[in-house]
Amino acid sequence: MSGFGPNPWIQRHWDWRAAANFVFGGAGSGLILAAALALPLGPARAVSLPLGLALVALGLTCVWLEIGRPWRALHVFFNARTSWMTREAFAGIALFGVTVAAFFRPGDWMEFVLGFFALLFAWCQAMILRASKGIPAWREPKVIPFILATSLGEGAALAVVLAVAYNMPSPLAYGLLAVALLARAAAWMVYVASVAPKLRGAPQAALVAVTPVLLWIGTFGALALAALAAALPRHFAMLLALAAAAAAILAGWHAKRTLVTRASLNQGFSLPNLPTRGAR
Amino acid sequence: MTRWVMIADLRRCVGCQTCTAACKHTNATPPEVQWRRVLDMELGEYPDVKRVFVPVGCMHCADPPCMHVCPSTATKQRADGIVTIDYDLCIGCAYCAVACPYQARYKTDKPEFAYGAPMESEAKRHDPGRYGVATKCTFCSDRVDAGLEKGLKPGIDPDASPACVNSCIAQALHFGDIEDKASNVSQLLAENQFFRMHEELGTEPGFYYLWDKK
Repeated sequence: MSGFGPNPWIQRHWDWRAAANFVFGGAGSGLILAAALALPLGPARAVSLPLGLALVALGLTCVWLEIGRPWRALHVFFNARTSWMTREAFAGIALFGVTVAAFFRPGDWMEFVLGFFALLFAWCQAMILRASKGIPAWREPKVIPFILATSLGEGAALAVVLAVAYNMPSPLAYGLLAVALLARAAAWMVYVASVAPKLRGAPQAALVAVTPVLLWIGTFGALALAALAAALPRHFAMLLALAAAAAAILAGWHAKRTLVTRASLNQGFSLPNLPTRGAR
Repeated sequence: MTRWVMIADLRRCVGCQTCTAACKHTNATPPEVQWRRVLDMELGEYPDVKRVFVPVGCMHCADPPCMHVCPSTATKQRADGIVTIDYDLCIGCAYCAVACPYQARYKTDKPEFAYGAPMESEAKRHDPGRYGVATKCTFCSDRVDAGLEKGLKPGIDPDASPACVNSCIAQALHFGDIEDKASNVSQLLAENQFFRMHEELGTEPGFYYLWDKK
């Protein structure tokens, strides 16, 4: 690609409503995945499943509000062959069915299926961005690990809160939170290092400005609070777990909102060659 | 097999925007929607400044990302390479718009007219089916098809050619079948140096830019 051409501009087709689908859908599927991986059977798990579904539904409702022809929404199921949006819709339907089944009939194999479909939903969301060839910050393959890791991190944070709230200590949930947040931070750093040089101006600055928030608040701050929550009695642990979850989740949501609405520069137009002028 | 493509000779385009006006007149697009745009690029810094006029629009890619991402199958590709939108299927999710590397797609959510209330001509051609859905250049496929039915040759006979090509005062725009080695577009590509925009993305655009002779 050459340097000739007018500057790119931020896409305006997808606004906060589309971002909300990634924000809530990611957290919801992440919570269901975290519940399948780390929450023992009991009230915390029982609450996590409908809460996860509610978040996924909220995200899908937000994106439904954005489409130009909402009463044709069922047409979204027509292109499973190539469209990740269609696949996300099917994955969402499957996730709803499996989660309801897992709620009433929990079991080892059901946890596996539950985790699979939650991961599939988050994967579809990541691939929706990846397939957007018009937006350099989205089509970057390194966006996929970030979207998956932040989904799991946000879900694990909610799982920790539920475990503490229902007095069901789950070392696995704490471990999952630590692994997911560290993986998210690493994925973000790798992603930004790859994408930021391709952007410019305010979108580049917006993306780079997310890094300290994600690292210091969303990762180290959240993990420190979570460690304290694990060490202190339940009375304090609840407040600390809530603060840790808020830090982890809000940082992830901030990153996704920035990615969708503020760093979404198109690539403008560029000419590899300029036309010759005059006789030659 | 036929593959319709368009050529813009950057040496000839004078930026008069007649093609843009002809497109709007032919396709009755609302304000701010220009299926055929002409970019006025100023490049470089004083005193070494160049000005280039670049017609852009849907590139009718051979491997169109807009079609792949479309969840409703509203975006399709004809056998002759023209990428189409079925307004009755489209849900207006705009996924195609963010997938298009050429910013060729538009979505108008509510009726808009040049002066608020519709003028007589706007009211006559107002199509509610085009609100809330994606729209873009069609390569004037209806004109091409109608011309072919009459035995005319697209790109040569005006009645079978896109409106923008017909209107170009500088013969900068050309339309034809690139699979036909004797066609006007094949000849132009054989005689000139050309490029396609954002070719590194692998979309194989059906829109070529001439910039020098060979």
